[in-house]
Amino acid sequence: MAHFIDRRLNGKNKSAVNRQRFIRRYKQQIKQAVSDAISKRSVTDINNGEKVSIPGKDITEPFFHQGQGGHRERVHPGNDQFSPGDKIKRPQGGQGGGSGQGDASADGEGEDEFVFSISKDEYLDLLFEDLELPNLKKNQLDKLVQYKNVRAGFRSEGVPTNIDIVRSLQGSLARRVAMTAGKKRELHELEAKLALVEAEPVPDQHQLMALREQIELLEKRIGAVPFIDSFDLRFRNFQKRPEPTSKAVMFCLMDVSGSMDQATKDMAKRFYILLYMFLSRSYKNVEVVYIRHHTQAKEVDEQEFFYSQETGGTIVSSALKMMADIVKDRYDPAEWNIYAAQASDGDNWADDSPQCADLLAQQILPFVRYYAYIEITPRPHQSLWLEYEKLQQSFDNFAIQPIRQVADIYPVFRELFKKQAA
Amino acid sequence: MSSVEQKQPLSDGPDWSFELLGQYQAEIERVAKLYKLDTYPNQIEVITAEQMMDAYSSVGMPIGYNHWSYGKKFIQTEQNYKRGFMGLAYEIVINSNPCIAYLMEENTMTMQALVMAHACYGHNSFFKNNYLFRTWTDASSIIDYLVFAKQYLSHCEEKYGISEVEDMLDSCHALMNYGVDRYKRPQKISMDEEQKRQKDREAYLQSQVNQLWKTIPNKGDLSAEHEYRFPSEPQENILYFIEKNAPLLKPWQREVVRIVRKISQYFYPQKQTQVMNEGWATFWHYTILQHLYQENLVTDKFILEVLHNHTNVVFQPEYNSKYYSGINPYALGYAMFTDLRRICEQPTEEDKEWFPDIAGSDWLETLHFAMQNFKDESFISQYLSPKIIRDFHLFAITDDDKESTLEVAAIHNAEGYQQIRQTLSAQYNLSNIEPNIQVYSADITGDRSLTLRFIPNKRIPLADNFQQVLKHVHRLWGFNVQLEQLNDDGSVKLLGSCPL
Repeated sequence: MAHFIDRRLNGKNKSAVNRQRFIRRYKQQIKQAVSDAISKRSVTDINNGEKVSIPGKDITEPFFHQGQGGHRERVHPGNDQFSPGDKIKRPQGGQGGGSGQGDASADGEGEDEFVFSISKDEYLDLLFEDLELPNLKKNQLDKLVQYKNVRAGFRSEGVPTNIDIVRSLQGSLARRVAMTAGKKRELHELEAKLALVEAEPVPDQHQLMALREQIELLEKRIGAVPFIDSFDLRFRNFQKRPEPTSKAVMFCLMDVSGSMDQATKDMAKRFYILLYMFLSRSYKNVEVVYIRHHTQAKEVDEQEFFYSQETGGTIVSSALKMMADIVKDRYDPAEWNIYAAQASDGDNWADDSPQCADLLAQQILPFVRYYAYIEITPRPHQSLWLEYEKLQQSFDNFAIQPIRQVADIYPVFRELFKKQAA
Repeated sequence: MSSVEQKQPLSDGPDWSFELLGQYQAEIERVAKLYKLDTYPNQIEVITAEQMMDAYSSVGMPIGYNHWSYGKKFIQTEQNYKRGFMGLAYEIVINSNPCIAYLMEENTMTMQALVMAHACYGHNSFFKNNYLFRTWTDASSIIDYLVFAKQYLSHCEEKYGISEVEDMLDSCHALMNYGVDRYKRPQKISMDEEQKRQKDREAYLQSQVNQLWKTIPNKGDLSAEHEYRFPSEPQENILYFIEKNAPLLKPWQREVVRIVRKISQYFYPQKQTQVMNEGWATFWHYTILQHLYQENLVTDKFILEVLHNHTNVVFQPEYNSKYYSGINPYALGYAMFTDLRRICEQPTEEDKEWFPDIAGSDWLETLHFAMQNFKDESFISQYLSPKIIRDFHLFAITDDDKESTLEVAAIHNAEGYQQIRQTLSAQYNLSNIEPNIQVYSADITGDRSLTLRFIPNKRIPLADNFQQVLKHVHRLWGFNVQLEQLNDDGSVKLLGSCPL
């Protein structure tokens, strides 16, 4: 009267929908938690999910239940000291005295936070929701197109290497069946007739001969149907399909002159990390080029970029020139999607700023998908910012934003990449 | 006995196989029959820990409709489990026909056997025979109904949007405890009928509601009707009242209310029989497995593992222990059934005084009678013996907010037995635990406002989140909602209203 069912292979994510419903419902709170987290998060730990904590009282489901007070009687086990009539001080915190006080957290007054983890993908989805890569659409057409061979069915002509044996033999079999079926039927009939004639006591030799002749002829014709015909051959067909390039390169430009301290660089780093994560969601492989500069620019690796200390003045144009050169040498704009982010505290040699604007306008902005400049400084803007501001009028793939503290980074990032109203 | 002893013991694993499960199941069933356990057919499903967490979060329903609160529950369970704060239950059993029981893959053979005895024969026979379950639930149609509910709600989501349905469910869930008929017997129907009827019901209900509101206030009649109140008697089933009478609900919304109400009704007996149900199942897994052990069908190793788990299950921490969180229903229920058997088999003078009817009677019959005809409240007030009170060292505490101290009202002595029994019994009376709130009136001739009335029990007030619940009532009713409190002295105080 019992039967066993092995359900272990059934899907285990029966609750996935409900989990999504939960996240959907508390999106606002979760998003808040996520954007709070980005500013607290360690810079190296960016590929993980995130622990999200939302106020416990936001997610309770209210229902009518009893509050505290009134007259209650409760039975407890384990009496070790009491006699009837004993007076006991009312315990604080519910231990021992009355489990009725356990209600305190159920009614939503508790301060408990509801903490749970979201996966990396959920985290990134929430983090980058409503963001998009600027100018992607407009530039899609002139994006370099690469071709990829893809299978596209079968055809009846082609080169021998592409012969599809199974298909060809299927064709051959079908043809042979089609061409011999009628003759075979005829043959069977004749053979049956022959057997009849032969079975007669005195076979009619004349008839026998005629039948044998006919049978021989048919067998010859059946044998003449070729096992395989060029007509049977099927070849695998390939087509070239255009594929938008998925290569992107991200230039990180940073001022490392004496005025940039480690805290400022860390802020810049966060911005670069966000940009990198964001780009890697759109492109399969993203290369990163680090260019740092004081009075001279230098291409460096990540470690040196962020953590080596330099002193001296600042000439921004040196870095821009270097970037333009590197693009010319290694990253053909027809083949690569180029993004650049420049971080600086705004210091620049005053005469250099107009030169920067020129370089950008002539040699860089026409080729890049997006160029973002962030200025990390609590001070008023200087010449570089003012020059850049002018540029912004004429290029819509150029954006500048000031950042004052760590918590600004994410909002600024969102501001830069927010979906443009159509 | 001599012939029995020659039997070869079953393998004690620790790994299980389906073949071994079958052998154990057959033996357990044989013993269960000896003890006259009458069960639904068993459908035993082996699942993984992840699937167990799924089952957890849908409150044990094998098929649940989608709602964020189940997602929340799932996330909580997952968190707790992964961090090792809690272990998963070894089993979940569903009151259905056939009775579905889940065994977790990770269990050892011994645990699987224990779970089968506990769930497939203990709980199962309780579901089939206890009067509450017999009266209030229909085991053969629940799976069909849950399928219907899930389909209907996902259909509504497609048609009216996820948020609309979610809002409705939120509001209904807030009133779930008030969606239960305590006195009327719900009807039995299958899913096909349910679907057919659902269409008719939609049309009919809507027409009824329209009729109701056609009673346009007539100026001349107003004074004569002054005393007339609708509903004529207070209604305890708030969801039912809303389903039938809320003026603005669309037909599909009424159906949603109905679904939540039905499911609430289905779980209603479980809330009232926790001690009995768990006690009964625990008593039987112990008794059946001991029986197998005496027949030498299971090994020493097996029975030791069983006893180890059994002792954990029936452990009752004392009031001053940090593990204490009220009385463990497994411990109390198991102790009471075991004691009941003792009273029948070896009655003492005290038992003869306290239980003249059953002392010395046939224990199996007495236990079955007790299982069939009681719920926690009445079971305790009928069968809690002085011995149990002494064994548990039970004592009653009076907590009156007018006094500055708590008072020990009774302890486990001759004077205290009766009072402890009564107090403990009252502790399991749902109407003492859930605030008594009823639909008092709906002003159908005036502003259509709905008045709910709260009647405190022993001056215990309503927790102050009621305003949030009122918002949900307001969403369902569509017009003003008031909540009043009827005090002991007959005065009525307005607690709150929505909109404010």
